[in-house]
Amino acid sequence: MTAAPLIEARALTREFVLRRSWVPGSGQTLRAVDRVDLAVHKGETLGLVGESGSGKSTLGRCLTRLIETTDGAVVFDGQDVTRLGTRGLRPFRRSVQMIFQDPSSSLNPRRRVGDILSEPLAIHSIHPAREIPGRLRELMDLVGLPAAALDRFPHEFSGGQRQRIGIARALAMEPRLIVADEPVSALDVSVQAQVVNLFADLRERLSLTYLFIAHDLGVVRQVSTRVAIMYLGSVMETGGTDTIFDAPAHPYTEALLSAIPVPVADPAARRRRIILKGEIPNAANPPKGCKFVTRCPYAQDLCRAERPALRPLADGRLVACHFPPS
Amino acid sequence: MSPLLDVRHLRVTFTTDGGPVTAVHDVSFAVQPGEVLAVVGESGSGKSVSLLSVLGLVDRRRTVVEGEATFRGEPILGLSERALRRIRGRDIALISQDPMTALTPVHRIGDQIAEQIRAHERVSRHAARDRTVALLRDVNIPMPERAVDRYPHELSGGMRQRAVIAMALSCNPALLVADEPTTALDTTVQAQVLDMLRRLSAQHGSSVVLITHDMGVVAEMATRVAVMYAGRIVETGTVAELFDDPWHPYTWGLLDSIPPLTGPRPRRLPSIAGMPPPPGRTEPGCPFAPRCRAAMPICRLPPPEQVAGGHRALCVLDAPTRAALRPPRVAA
Repeated sequence: MTAAPLIEARALTREFVLRRSWVPGSGQTLRAVDRVDLAVHKGETLGLVGESGSGKSTLGRCLTRLIETTDGAVVFDGQDVTRLGTRGLRPFRRSVQMIFQDPSSSLNPRRRVGDILSEPLAIHSIHPAREIPGRLRELMDLVGLPAAALDRFPHEFSGGQRQRIGIARALAMEPRLIVADEPVSALDVSVQAQVVNLFADLRERLSLTYLFIAHDLGVVRQVSTRVAIMYLGSVMETGGTDTIFDAPAHPYTEALLSAIPVPVADPAARRRRIILKGEIPNAANPPKGCKFVTRCPYAQDLCRAERPALRPLADGRLVACHFPPS
Repeated sequence: MSPLLDVRHLRVTFTTDGGPVTAVHDVSFAVQPGEVLAVVGESGSGKSVSLLSVLGLVDRRRTVVEGEATFRGEPILGLSERALRRIRGRDIALISQDPMTALTPVHRIGDQIAEQIRAHERVSRHAARDRTVALLRDVNIPMPERAVDRYPHELSGGMRQRAVIAMALSCNPALLVADEPTTALDTTVQAQVLDMLRRLSAQHGSSVVLITHDMGVVAEMATRVAVMYAGRIVETGTVAELFDDPWHPYTWGLLDSIPPLTGPRPRRLPSIAGMPPPPGRTEPGCPFAPRCRAAMPICRLPPPEQVAGGHRALCVLDAPTRAALRPPRVAA
């Protein structure tokens, strides 16, 4: 990896208070993101994968500074932005845009698409007023919607089209990084494929960098150059997309990949299914040692005693496991 | 062997403020004893409505259900609510996507399952509780003796769905209708629940109708498949027929647009252009024609049915044309 990191999480930690108490130290906190180090490099798409409670969305929200970070740092293009105030953050706010799962809850239902898109242009005074109409048509064209869509309201569009409007709004800022949190998981498969292709096209045309957060591993494999797999607030494995999908090294990655139902009629064409025991533990009370130890089919004494750090393997990927395959 | 459930020419029309809207057009299907029939389609395709209307689970005041349906040879459409209630739960059980539609938050899960057993069978409270514990053990809920006394909110989503499956199986139903039973679950938990559903339905000898949008789930669970689009079954066949030699261009699109997990990654995913027609559509031709890459002028007429044994498709394309348009794929 030669490109410089565009955004970096350095020992990033985010805790939520579950129960406050007036006795100091007796409140209960949940560590949703646990000292995560992760970088997204210029021009790449990093796929961030995990099941519910893995902390992937919380990490995305910390990186975009939608929520505050408890400890550690967010570094954007070499600058520490963790403690910047509203004014200092303005350039960052423009450079980093977010796309959400449910576009209907992030688009104001009472405003026309054209108004929704031109407001941020005016606030950030990106274009002189007379250039805005032309820019809006250009944005519609980029996301594959007709210019007539600008005069309509969000409810007049289908789910896939609304997601295109959400993408257009993010692009209006001419961002350098887009953080997309489950952007296609609410869409039907045939429409999902269209939007996945749009993400790929836009990356090429506008040389964008993506952090793509999703639970659907097929979608993540399709869009990502690199992937990171999270479990209970920690990154368990990260590396090149093909490296990881062709031969997962962490037992959790292996089980996760094997659990996906494959659309082929011939049972011989499937991976050997590893059915994990139990469920994801409560994030407020994670296991001692390796976080995956309660469900790992290969767990040993060392795994219960000591938490493994992310360490590089010969092929360049990082794995947090005491006994990775050699 | 006569089918357990036989539905012929089902048509479901909703009364809306904008006039009547037909959600299901002339749908016929049968469920044989012991088989798993998957009904696949995207949102609004009519897959859930087709089943729910047969079970009398749609708002009767605002819905017109036409056609014929028999369960074990007896007509089931138009039965009174009272008569249906005797069948539902005992002979036919429903599992829905959200377990909280089946569980009430104010009672312990053990009491809810035991109540279901006692509503359909004459057994003592004590015996019903014993059976409940055994059922919870069957669905792999840890420490079932303690789990019976838990309230739904004390269980995770996966555990709640297991409890609902336990409740559904409590009266040994002949037919289990599972409407997106694992859609809300995480991947590793989905694998556990599907595995268990397959094992228990086989053990109880129940037939299953599995309503889903996930072709992966279909391939792993089903024996036969019906693909729905715009309120019609556009293709039906065995899992092997449908996945290895799909006939309908919509089925091609559904299968091809799934991003693969192995092998080369396509630069672009094949996708289906456009979107499904609005529900109120009345044109007589093929509903998929506006999005179909093989559409011809004749598609403006009602499509003919292609048939070979149990494999059927509502499409004008014959075998040689299909082979030219989408050559059969050889599994790697």
